[in-house]
Amino acid sequence: MRAWKFGDDINTDVITPGRYTVTTDKKQLGKIAFIEYRPEFGKTVAEGDIIVAGNNFGCGSSREHSPVAIKAAGISAVIAKSFARIFFRNSINIGLPLYVSEDIDQIEDGDEVEINVRTGEILNKTKNITITVKPLPEFMQKIVAKGGLVEFLRSDGYDNL
Amino acid sequence: MPSTITEKILASASHHKEVTPGDFVVADVSYSMSHDSTTPLAIEAFNKITDKVFDKDRVIIVFDHFFPAPTVAAAGLHKKSRDFVMEQNISGFHTNGVCHQLLVEKYVSPGDVVVGADSHTCTEGALGAFTTGLGSTDIGGVMATGKCWFKVPESLKFNLTGSTQKGVYAKDVILRIVGDVGAAGALYKACEFTGDYVKDVSVASRLTLCNMAIEMGGKSGIIETDQKTLDFLGGRTGKIFKSDKDAAYDDEFEIEVEDIEPQVALPPVVDNVAPVSEVEGKSIDQVFLGTCTNGRLEDIEIATKILKGKKVARNVRLLVTPASQDIYFAALERGYLQALVDAGAAVCNPTCGPCVGRHGGVLGEGEVCLSTQNRNFTGRMGSPKADIILASPATAAASALAGKIVDPRDYI
Repeated sequence: MRAWKFGDDINTDVITPGRYTVTTDKKQLGKIAFIEYRPEFGKTVAEGDIIVAGNNFGCGSSREHSPVAIKAAGISAVIAKSFARIFFRNSINIGLPLYVSEDIDQIEDGDEVEINVRTGEILNKTKNITITVKPLPEFMQKIVAKGGLVEFLRSDGYDNL
Repeated sequence: MPSTITEKILASASHHKEVTPGDFVVADVSYSMSHDSTTPLAIEAFNKITDKVFDKDRVIIVFDHFFPAPTVAAAGLHKKSRDFVMEQNISGFHTNGVCHQLLVEKYVSPGDVVVGADSHTCTEGALGAFTTGLGSTDIGGVMATGKCWFKVPESLKFNLTGSTQKGVYAKDVILRIVGDVGAAGALYKACEFTGDYVKDVSVASRLTLCNMAIEMGGKSGIIETDQKTLDFLGGRTGKIFKSDKDAAYDDEFEIEVEDIEPQVALPPVVDNVAPVSEVEGKSIDQVFLGTCTNGRLEDIEIATKILKGKKVARNVRLLVTPASQDIYFAALERGYLQALVDAGAAVCNPTCGPCVGRHGGVLGEGEVCLSTQNRNFTGRMGSPKADIILASPATAAASALAGKIVDPRDYI
């Protein structure tokens, strides 16, 4: 899986410019991820690739179109030093896995990376380095375990916390 | 345990005696809001959970991001949301203002917990409520249950003292703060604004301060309710909470506002803040006065005072979008709109206007827009090769007159 590296403060207008988000069609949204900021992304991104970013990834608007577009483009996970909070919630809610790690400097654009979902370890195959990530808070793990907020609320929801 | 206003509101809404930052709580929501851009995805999530909203009088839906519909696709999304409004018999459906301004004018009371599928929902915290932005699926969940989970945030205290120089406004103050704190400096935190400056300024100016908490990553902006808030709210009294004197803050900032000059945020990010003197003389193509940041009556009044009896420079188009119909009517009654149109402005219907680049005056390649909005991200208002510079209504109006960026203090 190829790593797509981004810097700090990547905002939702960069991920999905508002002019392109007048739709709820996931397939269409998948085609517009980074359409103006990094046009080659949409042309060459492959199923399972990951995004590696700096601080405050997904800042700006509350538009859920941003994580939806990233997921629909084929991205299997985003690893960042930190995430903007609405983007973080949105991603958990729609089932786009996010990992927080201080060690993203050890991954360069184009590196081959593999995520061990069970251990939460990230293997940089190009550099032969393993990076660890912070586990999600227990409360959020319950939502993830159900498969997202909709499924969480459809089952026990807030009743049996 | 001494607590902040934010902790007290979240404790009350989640039926706890007290809460501590880091706790996860499930709170009762006073109002859920979503707009034409975020409602369609919220409906999709809602429909998978249940078939009836938790309270038809507490679900607010506003068309403001692209109203009237500029494209067939936008009209299709409007239809989807309208059908939902009719089907659920939702009483709070509006097409005549920016969602945050309408919430402030008609709904939010002190002590409320308000969530909106728009990041600038931090604005409404200026009334002494806990208000924050969420995405569509979260709002779908709130429309279904009337509840939302939160991680109780740590609080930052911004103690603003003194009074601003003539020609310097709340927008300049908050731009300076965002520039100093940085785009991620308040990540996940509640931003509490206090001090004699905050007490002295209008509710409109307080809304401008809280509006931009998100631009430093903040979860919410909040200001304690006082007599000025209650006067503004009319009959809405709510439940007034105040921070304890010895409440714990993650950090405290002392800001003497008298030292602040008129500020601008330069492209391509909001924390790229500089005094206006750094870009004085830069040519501009569009000036936009409006939005949830600065589309209120006092903002239109400031601009009118500068522009009345004069003409906007030939190289500039001035767009004015009052933040709500009430503001529009008040500005009309006072002759502000007439004066602005006489000066060369186009006055548009109360919406988000061109701030999000979907309708009402997009930017072409190579153009520069000086705007009173809160974001200047690349490509936001049209061409990704256009520049957006953020400023106060006074800087915007004076610059419209000059055809280039100027210091408004010379025009007041």
